[in-house]
Amino acid sequence: MSSATGLPEGVAAAPVPVAEAGTPAWQRLLLVAGGVILALAPLWLLESFHLFQLTMAVIMALAVLGLNIVTGYNGQISLGHGAFFAVGAYCTAILMSHFDWSFWWTLPVSAAVCATVGFGIGFPALRLAGHYLALTTFALAVAVPQLLKHKAVEDWTGGVQGLFLVKPDPPAFLPVTPDQWIYLVVVSIAAVLFFLTWNLIRGRIGRALMATRDHPTAAEAMGMDIASLKTKAFAVSALVTGIAGSLSAVAIEFVAPDSFTIFVSITLFVGMVAGGVASILGSLFGGLFVLFVPNIAESISKAAPGVIYGIILIGLLFVMPDGFAGLLRRLTARLRRGGTS
Amino acid sequence: MNTTRRSLLLGAGAGAATLALPNLAPAQEAPGVTANEIRIGSTNALSGPVSSYSVISRSHEALFKRLNEQGGVGGKRVNFIVYDDGYQPPRTLEQTRRLVEQDRVAFCFNQLGTPTNSAIHRYMNQRKVPHLFLATGADKWANPREFPWTIGFQPSYRVEAQIYARYILDQKPNAKIGLLYQNDDFGKDYLNGVRDVLGARFDAMVKTATNEATDPTIDSQIVQLQGTGADVLICGIVPRHAAQAIRRVHDMGWRPMFFMTNVSISASVVMTPAGPEKGVGVITSDFRKDQSDPAWANDAGMNEWRGFMRQYLPEGDQNDNNYTYAYAAGLTMIQVLRNCGTDFTRENVMKQATSLAPLELPTLLPGIRVQSQPTNYNVGRQMQLQRWNGRSWERFGNIIEGASV
Repeated sequence: MSSATGLPEGVAAAPVPVAEAGTPAWQRLLLVAGGVILALAPLWLLESFHLFQLTMAVIMALAVLGLNIVTGYNGQISLGHGAFFAVGAYCTAILMSHFDWSFWWTLPVSAAVCATVGFGIGFPALRLAGHYLALTTFALAVAVPQLLKHKAVEDWTGGVQGLFLVKPDPPAFLPVTPDQWIYLVVVSIAAVLFFLTWNLIRGRIGRALMATRDHPTAAEAMGMDIASLKTKAFAVSALVTGIAGSLSAVAIEFVAPDSFTIFVSITLFVGMVAGGVASILGSLFGGLFVLFVPNIAESISKAAPGVIYGIILIGLLFVMPDGFAGLLRRLTARLRRGGTS
Repeated sequence: MNTTRRSLLLGAGAGAATLALPNLAPAQEAPGVTANEIRIGSTNALSGPVSSYSVISRSHEALFKRLNEQGGVGGKRVNFIVYDDGYQPPRTLEQTRRLVEQDRVAFCFNQLGTPTNSAIHRYMNQRKVPHLFLATGADKWANPREFPWTIGFQPSYRVEAQIYARYILDQKPNAKIGLLYQNDDFGKDYLNGVRDVLGARFDAMVKTATNEATDPTIDSQIVQLQGTGADVLICGIVPRHAAQAIRRVHDMGWRPMFFMTNVSISASVVMTPAGPEKGVGVITSDFRKDQSDPAWANDAGMNEWRGFMRQYLPEGDQNDNNYTYAYAAGLTMIQVLRNCGTDFTRENVMKQATSLAPLELPTLLPGIRVQSQPTNYNVGRQMQLQRWNGRSWERFGNIIEGASV
């Protein structure tokens, strides 16, 4: 019973470092074990199609996490993270299909390229605040599908046709299907990145990021290098979203400009808001939301799935103005208060 | 393999349990086929920027409804399942996997779009699920050697270009051809189609120029092609550029035999902006009956279609030519199902889909027959030429068939 009540409590507490301090070590261990079981259970419980959907949801969650770093924690609104997602996907696809690289080796390259691009985008971002930055990044997302088709890079990107790649085979010693293997790969990589991000956010750098977001003047007066923080936040954010892109390329085994339209950026933004802005766990919910809610909407009405999706979104934001993560946070707070009184 | 077998057993078990009859035969005769039902899947852009194409799926739903009311096919009713992919390739893969793995459809039919179908091309062929009569004009679907489970439907751009080239060879064997095409998949299909027909003579006969979809004008390309002394001009370009080309060619006093892709022949979007009188003589092609053409006002086939629309899709816009297209594709599908007899295994469905005897359809031009052979997956391969007379397109000459490559 203790594990059942301990799980949501601790998980919700994870993004809030203050609450973490009070959690004893054994509870934390239980939490990690619970998380691992929860992450691995679908391997046996779900059939291949649902496993594939869940794989995609985890990938989207990772992309939302990237966006959350720069928009949620650092307060720089980006409507162009689909561009980083595309760059990551194309890095992996190009290296795998033109150079026969193994998938694993493409990850560091894709991470480096995306971080560099993100760092580059971070610079103009310094001069642009709020809505202007949102529009600039939006323009980036609009441009990327067209740039991918441009004749200068067409030989590499495959132009409108896109590129085909093959997902990595499971190692011979593991008795898993390719779908199970790709799920394992995605979940492991996502777990590492979620952990690293959590580690980054709860520490000195995380506090600096949030201070920059909440009160830049005060942060600067405290001796923080705002320019460097903002550009680096963009770089890390692009890196995380780019790796999500790489994973999506192998999971789908196909990339094309039409896979990375402006809607990807909007979807990520919706996922971030629905999951919870400035919340690590919220990113996970965001990923699940953007993958499953359109399907729910469609099962309600085939005539106008977009309308239903909109209604669900508005309804959720009305009930949970600060996203799933906010709801959980409030619930646990109430539970604790109830427990102590 | 394990999963497939297990899920098959599960499906059969579930089917048997729901029926709750002492039936010794397995409930599922073949993937997606039960004693009284055939499940067929499709994806379409029900939402998003190109959702105007979603009427194609509406039409199929209505057509299968009519079929079921008339007793179905092979003693079974058709259960047609459509999912929305929003024209996003990753969603197409997701939804197609749902159709194949969760809904266990027998096969997929008339899924919309080139990038979207590209994303599932390999999946369908690896799984050996028939991927039938796709709603896209790309040429790559007719590749029986590498992708035996995928087959297209309408004449591809490449077939269209082959038809122009054949007509040119027939009329002007010594023509000097100027070919202007957009530098992408769409445009390159015209290059390939002309090359298919001319073969070794291509280099001697054809001078090419290309443009980008983003170019503001294409004047310089037109001037360049005129400068080569060409007396025939073929254009594989989008409507905006087509209007410019028609006007420019006329204004500079050049009078070539002028072929325009049938993507860019709309009277309101291309001909009127170009100046209706400037486009007189421009040649294009079609395979459908144009419902606005008075010639078909009392046509038996079109009246059959209008009756179907009135009865099953009373709210559908009869001026939308996606409906005539869908009616033709749907009837082709039904013919294939009829040819299957009572054997609806994936192997037999694919066999029947790829050996379809020439079939005339009510909404296609008289004389045009859809067909397929195991070695030729171009289902629509014939078109008729038509010429702009200043007010409308006028059909002329015989039905022409593309070269088989």
